Formats: sequence, structure tokens, C-alpha cells
Amino acid sequence: MELRRTIKYESDRVKGFGREVMRVPGCEQLEHCIQCGTCSGLCPLSIFMDHTPRQVMELTRSDFKNEVLQSTTIWLCASCYACTVECPKQIRITDIMYELKQRAIHEGFYPKRFPIPVLAQEFYKMSHKRGRVTENFLATVMFLKTNIPAALGMWRLGLNLLIRGRFPLKLEGIKRKDELVRMMAVVDKLSIDALNNDHQNGGHGGRHNGAH
Amino acid sequence: MDKVNGNHDVRIGFYVCQCGHNIAAMVDCAELAKYVGQLPNVVLSRDYKYMCSDPGQELIQKDIKEFGLNRIVVASCSPLLHEHTFRSAVEAGGLNPFFFHMVNIREHVSWVHTDRAEATAKARALARAAIRRVAHHRALEVKKVPVHPDVLVVGGGIAGIHAALTLAKAGKKVYLVEREPSIGGHMAKFDKTFPTLDCAACILTPKMSEVGSHPNITLWSHSEVVKMDGYVGNYTVKIKRKPRYINEDLCTGCQECISHCVYKEPKFHDDFNEGLGKRKPVYIPFPQATPQVVLIDPEVCLNFKRGVLTDKCKKPCVEACGDRKAIDFKQKEELKEIKVGTIIVATGFQTFDVGRMPQYGYGRYPNVYTALEVERLVNASGPTAGDVILRDGCHPKSIGIIHCVGSRDKNTNRWCSRVCCMYSMKLAHLLKEHTEAEIYNFYIDIRAPGKGYEEFYDKLLEEGVHFIRGRVGEVTDWAFIPEEEGKLVIRVEDTLAGVVRRIPVDMVVLATGLEPQADAQDVRRLFNMSCGSEGFFLERHPKLAPVNTFTDGVYLAGCCQSPKDIPDSVAQAGAAAAEAMVLIDKGHIEQEPNTAFVVEAECSGCKSCIPLCPYTAITLNEGSKKAVINEALCKGCGTCVAACPSGSIVQNLFDDEEVFSEIQGVLAYD
Amino acid sequence: MKYSYFPGCSLKGTGRAYEESLLPVLKVLGVELEELDDWNCCGATAYMAVDEVKACVMASRNLAIAEKAGHKELLAPCSACYLVLNKTKHYLHESPVVEAVVQKALRQANLSYSGNTPVRHPLDVLVNNVGIEEIKKHVKHPLKGLKVAPYYGCQIVRPYATFDDQYNPTTMDRLLEAIGCTMVTYPLKTRCCGGSLTGTLPEPGLLCSYILLKEAITRGADLIATVCPLCQFNLDCYRDKMVGRWGNETIPDPRNKDARVPVGPYLDIPVVFFTQLIGLAFGLSEKELGLQRGFAPMRKPACAQPQPAAA
Repeated sequence: MELRRTIKYESDRVKGFGREVMRVPGCEQLEHCIQCGTCSGLCPLSIFMDHTPRQVMELTRSDFKNEVLQSTTIWLCASCYACTVECPKQIRITDIMYELKQRAIHEGFYPKRFPIPVLAQEFYKMSHKRGRVTENFLATVMFLKTNIPAALGMWRLGLNLLIRGRFPLKLEGIKRKDELVRMMAVVDKLSIDALNNDHQNGGHGGRHNGAH
Repeated sequence: MDKVNGNHDVRIGFYVCQCGHNIAAMVDCAELAKYVGQLPNVVLSRDYKYMCSDPGQELIQKDIKEFGLNRIVVASCSPLLHEHTFRSAVEAGGLNPFFFHMVNIREHVSWVHTDRAEATAKARALARAAIRRVAHHRALEVKKVPVHPDVLVVGGGIAGIHAALTLAKAGKKVYLVEREPSIGGHMAKFDKTFPTLDCAACILTPKMSEVGSHPNITLWSHSEVVKMDGYVGNYTVKIKRKPRYINEDLCTGCQECISHCVYKEPKFHDDFNEGLGKRKPVYIPFPQATPQVVLIDPEVCLNFKRGVLTDKCKKPCVEACGDRKAIDFKQKEELKEIKVGTIIVATGFQTFDVGRMPQYGYGRYPNVYTALEVERLVNASGPTAGDVILRDGCHPKSIGIIHCVGSRDKNTNRWCSRVCCMYSMKLAHLLKEHTEAEIYNFYIDIRAPGKGYEEFYDKLLEEGVHFIRGRVGEVTDWAFIPEEEGKLVIRVEDTLAGVVRRIPVDMVVLATGLEPQADAQDVRRLFNMSCGSEGFFLERHPKLAPVNTFTDGVYLAGCCQSPKDIPDSVAQAGAAAAEAMVLIDKGHIEQEPNTAFVVEAECSGCKSCIPLCPYTAITLNEGSKKAVINEALCKGCGTCVAACPSGSIVQNLFDDEEVFSEIQGVLAYD
Repeated sequence: MKYSYFPGCSLKGTGRAYEESLLPVLKVLGVELEELDDWNCCGATAYMAVDEVKACVMASRNLAIAEKAGHKELLAPCSACYLVLNKTKHYLHESPVVEAVVQKALRQANLSYSGNTPVRHPLDVLVNNVGIEEIKKHVKHPLKGLKVAPYYGCQIVRPYATFDDQYNPTTMDRLLEAIGCTMVTYPLKTRCCGGSLTGTLPEPGLLCSYILLKEAITRGADLIATVCPLCQFNLDCYRDKMVGRWGNETIPDPRNKDARVPVGPYLDIPVVFFTQLIGLAFGLSEKELGLQRGFAPMRKPACAQPQPAAA
């Protein structure tokens, strides 16, 4: 029988983490969370999470950044919004989950071959490069990067899609790719100054510019 | 010396109070007194340690006589504290109390400054202002308005009943007006009350009976207030008595008419039993109704079509009534007018409409009930004689009680309804007694603050009722495992155990919250009251005046002010009755004479002031075509004074000369 | 009626049948669509997981192109695209700082955003603009006897319930009843299908989709009608995996409630787009509507045999 010592000290908190997350519009309501558990009760994925959505809300509010960003919860969230519409304090739980996903990706808080953040980043890269996403290519890249045996196991699905015409063989893309490049460059340039200044004034800033 | 107000000199006595260190620490009182002493019209100027003390007050009285003073100014604390004290002292000294003026150099100067020189300078300016102002003060009389001794109590629930009985026993004549055909309110529907598990009817009906028979109480049930006019001590109220089609004085409550009705079986929606039972067109709301009189529902009685008498029915009811001749199909609505001095509003609450939360399945799944429906279900005099049999005919073996339905929720009502945790526990106990089922209470917090309440919670835990801390998001009927098939499933996070659970139950009970009645806004306008942001009637002060309103003479009691349990409703009812008795027994009201009046010669009859008055105190005199202000209603807010285009409205204690001279004093204009 | 049309990446890939069935149906009803010039990916749920502001920029480019196209409204059939575009509109309204960055970025493409173009879903347009009565006029073969489980998914009713009730939407129910179908009481009509988790984390993802299929079967549905390409994919394309994991679970026999049968064989219940059903009722051919692209052939009950269109 293995014993595990679990205790949290004030030094385990990353002071200010909760406040920063709450800067997203609507997420300031997190202050009012009464830990009723409606979110976890409704969430179809909560039974697979190491911390239920309610627990993640409390950990976030209490500044336990490491525990939150390392939890499986934020990746399991399928953003179905069932929690958000029922929350009696109107906390935008799904938006907080997105915010936490962004931070986890930005700071590298996930196991190396974990499919979900890998998928998100591949999606990001493909949509940046080509302006559109070709699902089958994206899924293939994701599998090859995370789980080659599983990738091989998908052969039947791939074949079935192919014979039914649901497996495009050409990559989709927009014509004016340069537009997208210029637009994103503007965001990169502006984000750092303007949005960080906005931080000082208590407004929202989306300061995560891109993935690794 | 200046000559003001005609022939006599103005002779002012000025007093600076040190208030111990409160003022003296920041304001140089001796210097202030010396400065004021050399201002025009000031006969004497003193500084003193505690002016409000007995010696301080006696000093004023002595000085008035000795020095022939005719104006007094005291520079000390806030008028809210001691204006009354000093006015009484001045009056005791033989002077009209309104020749007194008070300057606040504590809250307005000493307590908000850190620099002594600046503080003293400000105190000097304020004192200068006061000296100039008080010269213009006139002698005023406190108005005495007589109070009519009768009382109107609106609402015949437990709060209204208790208030009416308290007043009646004190010898006051009470009119008790109730909208429903019987008094008793929501409490009459309950089975047992928490935490004692007293039978609600057993403790309520003796009081109802007393109301019905007390000589000092005029009970008008099936009636509504339609208009209130007048002012504190003198209200004229119009009450509409809706037709029962039964002569109340002749009906003995034998109910023969009901058994002989052409409808052999009851067919119509029974409101009292929350729709779980049925009744006939002629009915009595419940067996212990007071007055013990039946009534006829014109919406469903065959004799009426769309409320109009048609004479289609053979009327076996009339025949059954026989010599009593109590049935009168020609009865019409009656308008009554009464005069009362005080009014107690005890109109109660309504329960949250569960239709606003479709996710709990009420209406969609037959075995989802509201708490009030369950009260009728477990009640021995209810539609099933206390047998807990569900709409689909089954007896439940497992029951889920969901707390906080329509409470503590920004999507519906934000407040906590205060009684639901306790009544949910009570229902859990009653249901366990009646069914031996597994019972689960799903809660966010257990609120058990009253006397004996926590002990009641202990008792429930001993009985094996499951308490799961987790707010329920939805009730569904889809099964994940075979054991759930055919049941209602509650999926909830057991937050204390830290695990998500699926619990199949046969019956779901929704602990609906309390909210203001649907017509609360109309009622509050009727009685010139305010509502808070949530819609409950607004009390004058949440801590120190919970049963008073901002309208003198109108009081609140019970759940119409905020959700509360029976002990608190009764306590508030007693408090409201006491407040009413304060006015009645004193016999008159004293009004601060800071009212406004119209100088008729200067009024142009433009009527601009009339709609502006928040207290509806101004009317147009049809004869002279000039505006007239009712002194008793006027609260001295000053709106009409400022608005009048011809400047013909003057306000006592705040007329132009008084105000302008104060401004000049502060600015040290000469 | 003319609308700007935003297909989204899925409708060109795994969700081809949605576009294939939507366009002819709208044509029959006189609704014209103009595909957005050089539209880009909306970002869906994945992009928002990486960078919020850039996600807004991606979505806003489409909104700005739609404004430039000049039609009054933008039609977005894919539920995720529909939600992302609407969410971006709300977001820009709430956060002036982000809006300023987005406007500046859009200027790089000679575009600007005013927020005046509503984003609509085909269900909304069909029922509320075209109208049920008009649709009934074009029904040649009412799908009588076909029992349908209406599956709305989560993104079109949450978090913004713009055209239907959040807990119990009925737009698709009314629409399919108008073409003759019998709707099955389906309590899971807005429960999540698992989204992209079916591919990345099969254990939870497939379970979400499996629950939906199992309940539809238990309720006696002949098929499931969907509005979202990802939902259709999840319910349609992983049947073999579901049979593998849960095929031996038992359900009450749909023909005889007292008996229990293994669910496996029933998992080939067809999953179609609602537009395909409407197309069938209008007399369009199965091939035209892309019905052959589903993994499970559509079973027709004996009393409802929509005939392929005569040319």
C-alpha cells in the first residue's frame, strides 16, 4: 500500500494567476463561484477528468497554476457550453477553459505526445500556412506525430472515407495567402505593446501570440 | 443691532461645543467663540465641553432668560443626533423651538480635517452662515394631525391574521381584507411545520376561527383593495367585494349544495390542492375555511356563460339549500369605502414558477412535483388522503429532492429563499414516514439558522436521508445502465465525496423558491410604497425599521417584505401591529413644519408643480385655479419650490432669505 | 432570397454530403447562395485553444468579406463555424481593445468590419424565413412512417439561443414533421457528441457518441438527423470501434420491450443530414443528395419509399 502526502502551502500558489485568467470578458464572474457543482454534474466528460470543472474553477481562483495547467480537464473539455448556460453565477466556464488551454500551450505544460494540444497546434499551423484546413491531412499529421500505431490502425477508416469520396486528395487553401500573413504580422506587432498596456488598465488582452 | 422681522432686535446666543476631544482636537473652540462674539447681532458667545448634557441644556435656558435672547445657534455634532435635544431645551427656555439653528462642526469639520487652521477657518465660515441665517427664522408650530383609530390589514395569511388579532385584542377595530375566498394563506396548505412537526392546520385554524368570531374584526374575504387615498392617520380605502353568489350571512357551511350539484363528480381544477385534485363549480376551498361559507365559480358553473347569468341549470343546489336561501345568483360586485388611520400590508409571496426551468422536467415527466404539490400529497386532508401515489399510479421507492430551484441563481432569482432547506428536510421526513423510500436531498448549502433547526437536520441524518452536496443541472429519463431504465435520472457531482454520481429515482421534488407576488408592482403603487430591486416591498431600514415603509402609517409584515419562515412572519406581524398602535394610542401625529406652501397671490395656476410632487401633495383648487399643498402629505423635499416658474412656493425653514443669507455667510460677503 | 454562403472546411471534406444536399434543396425553394470569395477557415474550436486574438482575426476576415459581398446575411451550415462567427461578433463587441487590433489587421487586406451582417444557420432560414408552409408545397414524397431522432448537437443552441430554445429546440422537429417524418422523443438532442475527442482521446470521445446512438435505437428511431458535419462524422464513422467496445451491451428489444438484445447489430442505424431528408421528400435523387457517402445505408421502412427523381 503506497502512501502519498498531499498538502498545499501558500508558496504553491502563483499569486495573481486567477486574476489574470479572470480578465477575459465574462470570466470575472469566477469571483462569485459558490462551488455548487452544476458544471461538473452536467459536463459529459467530467467522469474522465482528474479534476472536475468545479475543482478547476476553485484551483484557478486560488492561484494553483501548476495543478490547473497540468490537469487533464482542460484538454478533455469539448466546449459544449452545457456548464456555461446553467451556471447560477453566469461564469463563462468554457471561455476559462479556452484561456487555460492557451496558457498551457504557450508555456508548454503538456506531455510531449499528447494528441489534443498537438492537434490544436497543427490546426493553427495549417490554417496559417494555407488559410484552410484539410481534415484528413490534419488528422494524419496529428496521428503520425503522437501515436504511429494508432495511425496505422486507422487505415480502415481512411479507406472507407476514400471510397465514399470523403477523403480529399488535394490540400485546400485560399488564394490570397499573403493577406493572411500580413494580417497576422499586424497582430504580432500590436499585441505585445497595446494589449499589455491594456493589462495595466484592467481590460482584456490576448497576449498569447501563437504557439511554439 | 440689525432690525429684522419687524420691530424687535435679533439677539443671538452662540454656543460652541467641544464634544470632549471630538471637536476640540481639531477646531480651536475658544477662538471660534471669540470670533463669533464680535459678529453683528450676537449677544453672547460661549464654548462649552458638552452642550448636549443636562448642564449644557440648562445653560441655554438660563441665558435665554437672563440675556433676553431670541435666537440660539449651537455649533456641535450632526442635527440627526441632537437637533431635537436642543430644540426641546430652547422650548423649555420659553422660546419657539424653530428659532434654533444647528451647525455641524463635528462630522462636517473636525472629523474630516487634518489641519487645525483649515478646520477652524471652515468652522468660522459655517458659524457666520448660521448667524446670518438664524436672523431670518420665523416662529413655526409643529402640526398635530389626528389619527383615525381603525386599522386595515391587507392579506389574511398567518402574518395578517396575527396582526389583526393582536390589534383586535388591544381593542382596535380591524378590517381584514383577503383576496382568496378563505383566509389562511400558504400555511393552510402545509401538512406539518418545521422544526416541531406541528400540524399546520391544527395550529392555524384556532387563529382563523378567532378571526372569524372576534367582534373587533370585520373579515372581508374574496375581496380586494382597489384604491387608497389620504395621508397618515386619515386614509380612505375603497374595497371591492367580489361576488360569491352566496349570501355570507345566511350560509351555514353545511355544504349540502355541493353534494347536490348537477356535476356528480368533481371535474374542475382545484387551486387549493395545486391541481392534484378536482372540485365542483360550487365548492369550499378547504374543510376548515374561514369564513365557513361556500362559493360558486362563474367560469365553470352551468348557470353562467362567460361570467353572465344564463339560467341554464336546474339548480339543485338552491333546492338543497332550502329555507336558508343562501344562494343568490344575482349577487353583484360590491364597492365598500372605509376610513382607517393605519394600514398593514401582509400580502405574502408566490412560489417560483418551475416552467422557467424546463431542465428539471416539470410537466414533461409526470413524476416531477413542486414542494407545494407534495404538501398536498402527504396531507391527510389532501386529494389522496395522504397516500403518496404518483401521477402514473406508482408508489415511489426512491425520491430526489432538489434544493434551490429558482433561488441563488442569476438566471432566475438571485436571492436565497431562506425556508427551502428547512422545508425540504421536512418533506424528506414526511415522505420517508409515508413511503419508506430512499430519499436524496441535493443541496448547495444547508441553511438551518433558526431555533431547533440544526437539531432538525441532525434528526434527518439519523433517519438515513441522504444529503448530497451538488446542485442538480438537469433531470433526464435516458438510461445509461439497465438499472436506470424507466426511472428519472439525476446526474450530479457529489462535491464532498469528489465524484460524479448518477442516481435513478421514481419521484423528483423541486424545492421552489419564494418570490414577490405577480402583482406586487400594482399593489405597491396602490399603497404608495416602494419595492426593492428584487421586487419585494421595501422597508424603511433593513436593520432598524423592518416593518415600516417610507409612507407613514403603512406597515409591512411577513413574506411580502422578504422570504421568511412562520416564526419570523408572526414576529413581524406583532411588530407591525405595535407600530400601528404607537400612532393610534398617541392619537395624533406631529409633523415637522418644513412643509412648503403656495403664496396664492403669486401663483399663476400653471400646474407645473402638481405632477412633480413625489408625494402627490399638490392639487389645483378648482375654485381659485391656484395650486394648493396638503401640509399633511408634504414631506418638504423642495422639488416644487425649485420648479415653480414664478417662485411663488415657499418652504418653511428653507425660504429664499434663509438660504441666501447662509450662502453669503459662508462666502463672507458683506 | 439571396445569402452569402460560408461552407467551412468540413463541407469540402468529410462533410461533403451536407453541401451536396443543402444547395439543391435551397435551389428548389428559390434561395440563392453566393459562396464567399476566398473564405478562410473559421478556426473552429482548435484555433481558440492556441491564440484568442488571432482566432478573432481569422473569423473576422470572413465576416468582413461577407460585408463586402453586400448580401444582407451570411449562411453558415456547419455548427462550429456558426458558433465561432457569432462568438467572434460578441467578443469584438465586448472588447474594444481586441476589436481595434482586428480592424487594424483587416485593413492589411483592404477589409473592415462593422458587425452588421447577421450569421444564420440553415435550420433558422428554412423555418423562419422560407417557412414551413412554403416547404410543404414542394414535398412530392412525404416520408411517412419514417421515425427520426432529431440530433441538434451543442453548438447551435449553446451558448447563444438565437432562434430556438436552449433546452428543448424544436426547429428541426417541426421541419421534418412538415415533410412527413414522425419525430421520436429524444432527450439527448443537445448533448455533446464528443467533438474532436473521438479522434484524439477515443475512450471518452467515442463514449459520448455511442450514448447518442444507443438512445436513438432504444427509442425506436429508424435514423438520426443531424445539423453538424462533425456530429455526423462522429456518429457515422466509428461504428466498428463502438461495436468492438460496447457491442455486447444489452438494450430492451425495440420490438418486444420485455426481452433484451445486444446493441451491436443495431449500431448500423443511419445518420444523415436533415437536408438530405428534405431533398428526398422533394423528390431529389439519393446520389444527388450524397446519401451514398454515409457509412450505414439508409433503411427505408416498407410504407415509405421515396422514389429517385425521374431525371
